[in-house]
This record gives sequence, C-alpha cells and structure tokens, in this order.
Amino acid sequence: MAVRSTRLKRVVGAVTAAAMVAFVAACGGGDSDDSSAGGDVTLEFAQWWGAELPAGELDKIVNDFTTQNPNIKIKLISAPYASTKQQLVTGAASKTLPDVVGLDGAWVNDFAKQGAIADMSKLMTDANYDSSQLASQIQLEGKTYMIPVVNFVYPLFVNKDLLTKAGVATTPKNRTEFLDAAKKITATGGNVKGWALPLDTAVPNGIQNDVMSWLWASGGSMLADGKPALQTDAVKSTVEYVKSLNDAGVIAPGSLTMKEQDKVEKFTQGQVGMMIDSLAHVTLIKKNKPDLKFEIAAIPAEDSYTGKRGIPYASWGVGISNSTKHKAEAFKFVSYLMSQETNAKLATLANGFTGNKNAEPDFSNSDPLFKEAFEIYKDSVPANEFVGLPKSEDLMRSFDEQLQLVLTGKTSVDDALAKSQESWTSVIG
Amino acid sequence: MTLLAPPAAPPAEQAAPARKTLARRLVPYGYLSPTIVLIVVLMVVPIVMVISYSFRDNVIVQENSVFAGFANYTKVLTDPDFLVAMKNTAVFITVSMVAHLVLGLTFAMMLNTQLLSGVTKAIFRIVYILPWLFTIAVIAVIWRLLLDPSGVINYVLHSIGLINDGVNWLGDPGKALWAVTFINIWSGYPFFMISLLAGLQGIPNDLYEAAAVDGTNWFQRFRHVTLPQLRPVIISMAVLDLIWTSQQFALIWMTTGGGPLNTTEMLSTYTYKQAFSEYEFSTASAAAVIVLLLTMVLAFFYVRQQRER
Repeated sequence: MAVRSTRLKRVVGAVTAAAMVAFVAACGGGDSDDSSAGGDVTLEFAQWWGAELPAGELDKIVNDFTTQNPNIKIKLISAPYASTKQQLVTGAASKTLPDVVGLDGAWVNDFAKQGAIADMSKLMTDANYDSSQLASQIQLEGKTYMIPVVNFVYPLFVNKDLLTKAGVATTPKNRTEFLDAAKKITATGGNVKGWALPLDTAVPNGIQNDVMSWLWASGGSMLADGKPALQTDAVKSTVEYVKSLNDAGVIAPGSLTMKEQDKVEKFTQGQVGMMIDSLAHVTLIKKNKPDLKFEIAAIPAEDSYTGKRGIPYASWGVGISNSTKHKAEAFKFVSYLMSQETNAKLATLANGFTGNKNAEPDFSNSDPLFKEAFEIYKDSVPANEFVGLPKSEDLMRSFDEQLQLVLTGKTSVDDALAKSQESWTSVIG
Repeated sequence: MTLLAPPAAPPAEQAAPARKTLARRLVPYGYLSPTIVLIVVLMVVPIVMVISYSFRDNVIVQENSVFAGFANYTKVLTDPDFLVAMKNTAVFITVSMVAHLVLGLTFAMMLNTQLLSGVTKAIFRIVYILPWLFTIAVIAVIWRLLLDPSGVINYVLHSIGLINDGVNWLGDPGKALWAVTFINIWSGYPFFMISLLAGLQGIPNDLYEAAAVDGTNWFQRFRHVTLPQLRPVIISMAVLDLIWTSQQFALIWMTTGGGPLNTTEMLSTYTYKQAFSEYEFSTASAAAVIVLLLTMVLAFFYVRQQRER
C-alpha cells in the first residue's frame, strides 16, 4: 500500500513537472499565424471607439465589412482610451501591435519613429486609393502614418441662463467680450465662476484644449518650421490673457488639479458659465441636466483678428501595424472605414465630423447643436499643433507646470515661456 | 575462515537503484515546479528585465539600445523632480504609517473594551472597517467630490464658521500633500485596526490582573503590558505599511496626478510619467530599481523582525 502511494506521488510529481514545462513552452511559443486553413485572414483591430460608441454599433459596422469581405475576419479589441494607449505603447515596444490600430494624433510621432506603424502612403499607392477624398492625413517626413476617421471639435460652450442673469446680451466673440462676460457671470455670486480651466498634470490635455485653443483661434502658432516658437508675441499674449482671467478671479477654483470631467461637471451643474470642450460631451450634458440652456460658439479671438479662426480638434485616427503580415487586407479595412457611407455612419454615431470630405454626418436625428457646430467647423480651420509632435503629452505637461507657476505668481510670463521653450527644444528642437 | 567477497552485481541492476534515487530526489521539485515557474515568470524575469533596462539607453522605443552603465541612475538621482518625489514619498509614507498606527490602535482598543456591549462593538466594527472596503478608484472619486472647493467639507467648515472662503484642498500647493496623505490615512487605518484588535485579544487577562494587583493605573497598564505585548504586531504592520504606502500610485494619480506644481509627486507617479509620458523607459527602469532597493531595505528589517519572533 505504502509502495503504491509513493509511486503515485512520484507519478503526480513527474506529471506536474512535465505539465509545467509544456505550459512554459506554450507561453514562449512563436507567433501565431493569423491565417486559418481556408485562406481566411483574421485582423485584430484595437481601439477605444467601441467603448465610446453606443453598445454594439462598432460590431455592426465591422460585421458589414466581413459580409462584404468574407475572407477577412475582424477581431475587435475595445478598451477605454487610457488602456488602449498603454496597450499600444507596450505592443509597439514588443512589435506585437494589433494589425489595425486606433490612433490619437499625439501618439503618431513616437510610434512612427519606433517603426511600429506602417507607412500608409505606400499602401494607398499599392491599392490605387484616391487619397483626395481624405479630409486630412497625419504625416511625418511626407509619409502618412495616420488617417483621421472622425474629428471632434472643441467649441466654446456658454450657459445661456447664466449669461442672461449676468446681463450679457450676446455670446462673447473676442477676448475683451469674454473677459467682460466672465466677470459679470462671476459677479452673480454664489459659487458661480465665469470659466473653467483644467490644468491637471496627470492628463495635461487642458493645455491643448483650453489654453492653446485661444492662440489657434486668433490664427497664432506655437511652432515655426516645426520647431518650438513659444516666445512669440502671439503665445505671450495668450498666456497673459489666461493670467488676466485668473487675476480677475473668474476661473473656477481648483484649476491646478482640475480634470476635464470636473470641468464638464461644473458646467453641467451651472457652477461655471463658459468652457471650451469637446462637442462629444453635448449628449452627456443634456442627459445629466436636461433643463440646462446652453449654446456653442467659436472660440473668441483677439479683438483685432479678422481672419479664419482655428478650432481645436481631436481625432479618432486609424493606422496599420508595421509588423502585420496582412497589410493589404488591413488597408482594405481602413479604406472601408473611410468610405463615404461608413464614414458618415461612424461620424453620426460618434457625434463627430467625417474624415472623408465627401461624407456628411446625418443630423436629422441629432441635437440641433451638432448642425450648428458643423457650421462653425466649416467656417473655421481645424487646428491642433500637438498632433504629430513627439512626446506631445510631455510637452503639454512641461508647459502646464510653467503655466501653473505663472498663475500662482511664482514666475513671470516671460520666464515661463523661456523655460518652456528650452524644455520643448530639448524634445523637438 | 575465508572471507568471500560478495558477487559483483550486474551493471543493469546497479543502475536501477541509482535511477530510483534520482527519481526520488526529483519528486519534491516536481511538486514545487508550479510555484517555481510562476515565481520565475511573474517575478524573476520582469525584475531582471527592468534591471537590465536600467543599464541600457533608449530601451523599448529603439530596437538597438546600447549599454549605458550607470548613466540612467546618475540622470535620475540628479533630477530635481526625482528628489522632490523622494521627499514627498518619505513624508507621505511616514505620516500615513504613524497615523494608521495611532488611529488603528485607538479604534482597536475601543473595540476591545469591556465597557461596550457586543452589539455596539459589532456596529462600530462595521463602521470603522468601511473605508477598507472601498476600492482606491471609489475612494479617489469620493474624496475629490468631498474636497472640491464647492464640496461638502468646505460647506460644513463654512457653516460652522471655521473658514470664510472655499479652501482649495487638492489644488493648493501648500495643502495638496497633506490632503492626499489624509485620504490615504482614512482608507488604510482599518487594516491596522483589525490586526491590532487580534493582537489585543491575544493578550492574556492574567497580565492585566497582576498589574492591577500591583496598583497600576490605566496608562501604566497600557505602557507596560499592552504595548510590549503588541510590539511584534506593531513593528510588522509598520514596516509592511511603509512598503505598501510607498507603492501607492492610483490614489495620487486619480486625485492630483502629482500636482499642483509637483507637490504630490511620488516615486510611483514619477516613474509612470517617465515611462508612459516621456517614453524614457531606461530612466523609468532606473527609478524603479532605486525604489526596489529602498523597499528591500524595509523588507530586510521586516524579515529580521519576523525571524526574531
């Protein structure tokens, strides 16, 4: 009996050891082939869009594609924006990026320099694709690495009730009118302030959306020939203007650690009268506060500025992994997403604007604000100079830290801009 | 008398016991293999990779990284932001640990008292342990709302006349570190409380009776009976708390993100920014190795203390 027990123990031990060896060998196995026996190709498509679109809508769009192309299967990998970014950063490092990837313009430079995403210009040529239908392409050294599929603009949101209560008859169109309106809204008392400025450094996109937007609205630029140009009159005037808003006490308190969602929440609750925000949040605001009366407008420009206004935008972009074995099939899927019909459908679902020039979102079932925003968009120039820059989040963060020093009176505007210029030059100089 | 040598065993018969002995020796390793493999895959390999990254330049983002010696360590250790993060982390973990200990011991003694009925103690036990049941994400959201300049805390303080204007708890560079430390204290004291309560319940009542016979007062009994009896638990908990709190990332990231003006930057947030914002995986690895070494010093004291027990 004892002998049998010992033998059994030995067998169990040996089997366990063998199983672990097999497990480790399986873990360390080589690339799995995406092609199945029948010549079908399965493409992985990693993006954050599925998490932001109404449930199941992205699956429907993908299913339409697979119906048209039965030999190509699409496996959706949907996750929230931040998770997708981390997943792609590690995927790019280990050369295991999914075949098709959702991209933010801010990531393109870094991924392209790593050789993680493919040159799509060549793929377009190989596929005889008519790129003139694309509203924009994100390029580096003349090569396209990302195609914006849906664009989201960042107009000025104005609480009509607060504006009326403050005795302001018209929506501010220039900086002086904006400061005046913000002061009057703040003067209505309570916890109400004129404007919200999120400067949280964890996700420092407030610099892009809420600060540089003032610069772009007046036709200014933070770059000259692709190099940082932060010590220009235009940038200085922008930072001084933000400082003047802060000095006037019209900015909602807590801005140094305020996040974008806090800004939207404060606007929704009527604690701030005006904010610059993504049009995508209209639905959320109306859902959370159905009786809030608000409108959207172009971002106020410098008083003397008469040119076309820049309007910040963010994109759902798409790119192709450089390590995929199925670039042609991947581009076929990209061209499907950019086709007039699919692109219009995606933009309508996402409450954004199309990446295909010939496609137009269907506003028939949308809030009238979207149509209004589309008019503002058509009258403006989409502007986001952070798109395509290397380490763009880091650039925003270093500028953010200097701006925080300015707003807390610890440094001057000139010194802050000089330090930012130095910091940016070390990255993109 | 002739001594006959035993006949030599055939070679095949000699090999069989040897094989049996080898198999017998290998059996324990077979049983240990799942654990060993998991430790190697999940701990040894990542740690060795991070250490190797810390000695190379442009790792991950470039295919051909080069050996850089201690350059990354020099860069990190001379970076003013890293030194600020070290100082903030030291303040954060020390104050958190001391407050966890004091609060945990106080509440544990309240729950161990014989002055309250069993039901009352059960109710308080549930109330006191509540903060420990929330995940960090929930804690961060709750406290961001409570500490908002227009939030409940300011409303209450204003109502009772302690403040005039809304205090900017998380957005004021002078207050943010203390605010996040307070949140961490709130969320972490129940673990101390439960552990110390278990320790208190293990102290023999004879000791207190003997001390009472000797004419000691409450404080003398606390100092000369309770504290010495709890000493091993207190030291273990304190060292573990220092290690755990030094790794706190989510709470800082979701409340202040290291700001305003780096006043809440911790070693964890610094390392994350190096890796996922600046894509400087080499310096991030060097910072991570430095944190590992600092943590190992604490772990050394913990293990030594455990051995003494």
